[in-house]
Amino acid sequence: MLSFDGLVAVCVLYVAILFGIAFLAEKRATEGKARWLNSPITYTLSLSIYTTAWTFYGAVGSAVRNGLEFLTIYLGPTLVFIGWFWLLRKMVRIGRAQRITSIADMISSRYGKSGGLAALVTVLSVLGATPYIALQLQSVTLSFSVFARPGAFGAPDTEQTAIWVAAGLALFTIIFGTRSLDVNERHPGLVSAIALEAIVKLAAILAVGVFVVWGVADGPADMLARIETSPVTQAGWNGARWLGLTVLAGTAILCLPRMFQVLVVENSDERHLATAAWAFPLYLLLISLFVVPIAVVGLEIYGTEGNPDLFVLTVPLGLGQEGLALLVFLGGFSAATSMVIVAALALSTMLSNHIIMPLWLQFTRHDDPMSGDMRRVALMARRLSIGGVLFLGYGYYRLSGGADALADIGLIAFLGVAQILPALLGGILWRGATRIGAALGIGAGFAIWAWLLLIPNVAETGGIIPTVLAAGPFGIGWLSPATPLGLQSTDPLLTAMVLSLGVNTLLFILGSLLSFPGPLERLQGAQFVNVYDHSRPLYGWQGAVGMADDLLIMAQRILGAGRAGRLFQTAAEAQGRAGGLPEPTPDFLERLEREMAGSVGAATAHAMVAQIIGGASVSVRDLLAVADETAQIMEYSSQLEAKSSELAQTAARLREANAKLTELSRQKDAFLGQISHELRTPMTSIRAFSEILMQADPVDDAARARFSRIIHDESLRLTRLLDDLLDLAVLEHGRVTLHEGEAMLGDVLDRAIRSAGAQVGTGRLAILRDPAAEAVTIWTDADRLAQVFINLISNAQKYCDAETPELTIAVRQRPGRVEVEFSDNGSGIPARQRALIFEKFARADTAKGAPGAGLGLAISREIMARLGGGLTYVPSDSGVRFRVRLPARALRAA
Amino acid sequence: MGGRILLIEDEGNILEAITFILSRAGWDVHGHGNGATALGAVARVAPDVVVLDVMLPGRSGLEILRDLRAAPATADLPILMLTARGQARDRETALELGATAYLTKPFSNADLLTTIDRLGAARAGQARGTG
Repeated sequence: MLSFDGLVAVCVLYVAILFGIAFLAEKRATEGKARWLNSPITYTLSLSIYTTAWTFYGAVGSAVRNGLEFLTIYLGPTLVFIGWFWLLRKMVRIGRAQRITSIADMISSRYGKSGGLAALVTVLSVLGATPYIALQLQSVTLSFSVFARPGAFGAPDTEQTAIWVAAGLALFTIIFGTRSLDVNERHPGLVSAIALEAIVKLAAILAVGVFVVWGVADGPADMLARIETSPVTQAGWNGARWLGLTVLAGTAILCLPRMFQVLVVENSDERHLATAAWAFPLYLLLISLFVVPIAVVGLEIYGTEGNPDLFVLTVPLGLGQEGLALLVFLGGFSAATSMVIVAALALSTMLSNHIIMPLWLQFTRHDDPMSGDMRRVALMARRLSIGGVLFLGYGYYRLSGGADALADIGLIAFLGVAQILPALLGGILWRGATRIGAALGIGAGFAIWAWLLLIPNVAETGGIIPTVLAAGPFGIGWLSPATPLGLQSTDPLLTAMVLSLGVNTLLFILGSLLSFPGPLERLQGAQFVNVYDHSRPLYGWQGAVGMADDLLIMAQRILGAGRAGRLFQTAAEAQGRAGGLPEPTPDFLERLEREMAGSVGAATAHAMVAQIIGGASVSVRDLLAVADETAQIMEYSSQLEAKSSELAQTAARLREANAKLTELSRQKDAFLGQISHELRTPMTSIRAFSEILMQADPVDDAARARFSRIIHDESLRLTRLLDDLLDLAVLEHGRVTLHEGEAMLGDVLDRAIRSAGAQVGTGRLAILRDPAAEAVTIWTDADRLAQVFINLISNAQKYCDAETPELTIAVRQRPGRVEVEFSDNGSGIPARQRALIFEKFARADTAKGAPGAGLGLAISREIMARLGGGLTYVPSDSGVRFRVRLPARALRAA
Repeated sequence: MGGRILLIEDEGNILEAITFILSRAGWDVHGHGNGATALGAVARVAPDVVVLDVMLPGRSGLEILRDLRAAPATADLPILMLTARGQARDRETALELGATAYLTKPFSNADLLTTIDRLGAARAGQARGTG
């Protein structure tokens, strides 16, 4: 007989092997070599945590008590995997696309990242799982005590077993469950250990089954005969309960946090689901195949005295098959530990993400939620959560004292998490589902379940307040869990199930219909319901050659061919892979994201990598981050735009300056041409006539006199021209000395009119004046002002083409200035020439033969500018009108 | 020597001087002072030689030259261009447009007469050749 110490040694050895497998798997996965890890078989085996110690041992017990009812526990998941494959696939896709970390996260994400909803689901899950974990501890302890009973060890030692098991499991989970925080990262070590345990579990049950059928009975035929006569098959058959339990089990496989963990979070390749769809039901079939034979043989051996829940162990043990019994023990141990490990992992993620971290963030201020300090806090929170979950389980176990009531706890836990189902299904299939609806449904279902099942069970287990429960609070009978709504229920589980799920679903639908989803909910709703439109399938690392190609192409686009090539080459060499394409391991992806973040921003880089790697659609937070980056880029580009428009303006100014210079040069040429013309014209006459006079061939006296006169006039004209040119040159560019002093405007006008009249000597132009208005004392250079007036008057003399030419000189005092207007009654200046009148050498066509080189107005305008006033042409319908403006400072007392 | 000359020049004094010089040399000189109506004057006078100033009120001498050369009747008419703008480009432009000769103001009376005689002789040759 194996001693207790020996048993412990076997256990320790087994655990050591599990540790070894887990470490190896982690190592291989990091190197990207763990091919077997990525196989659909491993995935399927990891799903077998569905069959816990409760089913491993309890199925036989259930068969003894309730006949074939235990099959419903396997039937539900089988139906889901075969019939609802599309739903599982959608869940896996959503999980990946949204980077879901747990069932609570799934619900919360769908309903607008609701923290409250996540916390509710977390509490529900922990409450449901705690007794369940206690059950596993109990089964391990129980199997220990059964095994050790023949030995010299008593109860106290087995009592210690539970705490050691709990501590060991916590350690294992912490080591392999919290190596990294990355939500995308799976736990290859943990999963591979679980897969191994699944094999041990199945092998143990099959071995006992084979032993029972061929070792105890004489083969299948004999076995069938024994079953025929066994009381196991005498049990009644309750259709409603069967239906209920099948639905419940099917629901559990979707909603149990630990199932969600292996089904969705640990899934590395969507295609694995296709294998699991037949392989997992097959696993369930195999594990349930020999339940009835074992139950039958157990009953034959032990009758109703023995604990049927332990028949799997006690049958081989009683028949002296110690080796087989040890295998069974290890199988049960495996079933218990794998469930506890994954449950602790899943629950700790939920606890730390949805309860501890939000609270911690509430009470501390941190800006960067994924860096340094914060990472350590999150990791610590998760580790503490694992310890806490196991401590709760252990505490419940101690509280219950290993009571028989634990046997029901599996189904109760199922119904607890089943409350998530309406919100889960609704969230995936119905865009109209809202957070309010989900919260109402889950909350109400949770409350009904807790009141009708959980609390009575806890109370029964702990032996507290049974009277209140029996009579109902405050003596209100219909509130009593025993008789809800006054129903005399024969099956509390079924009643609670119908009530809680019914109310849950009803409130979920009503709440959704009557409330309006927020924008985030709407968006997430669309992302969930239409997940296939937004994402690509997830393929495992091995199927990822094309993925590495895609990554390289994308990286080249962002980083440039050289840098991307080097990055990939280095990574591939580090992984020991030829061909320059590395496995897209998490490490490599992180590095790639970091490199790309420098170019496109972290959020965009993450989104781009995620698009390729996970086929992940982008979460709202990602979208917002991308939008932020885009805004920054737009800001930057608008700055660039502003700069380039500045440049354009500068260029335009340069072009303008260049054009101005070209124009100036052209004007200079034109000016020189004009001067040349103006000088050469009188010279031509002078030369021609002087040569005539110089010739031997004589001309008559009259002709000589005339020619001499012309020569004289043209000489004067030349002199005037030179004077004007010099005057203009000085006015335009030189230093002009103004002889300013007081003067009467009227006097200056008198002088100018006299000069103009004397100069021209025609006197035919009538000048109309207003002496009263002209009585203004001004401060000016009277000579220069007179020069301007002379020019204007002589222009009128030359160009006014009226029958009786008149020039009106009007003086007006304006605020701050005096205006003197010269208007004649001629035909005026044609509109097209008005712009040119102040140009040098500009002369009206009508000026033919009139003296002057066309510099008068140009000079006059320069003079007025020097005097601080101005000279403008005033467009009018009749005649030419010039306005001389004298500035305010020129004014003295009138 | 002799023949009809049309002198298109807006400066009265220059018009008078050239008319005097050429008349005394035996030419029948017709003066015209406006660019705008110059073509009409050419048609009316039917000169043997045209003396054309470049800077004319109304219409530039160069434009008139171009029109004269474009019309078949005056395509070969000897034309002496006079300009007071002493730039080389003006001379080139005038010759390109078909001016027979070119004088920059001020010019010597001898140069004027020589040039006109040459143009008149050419015209006479043309007349003999065609006639």
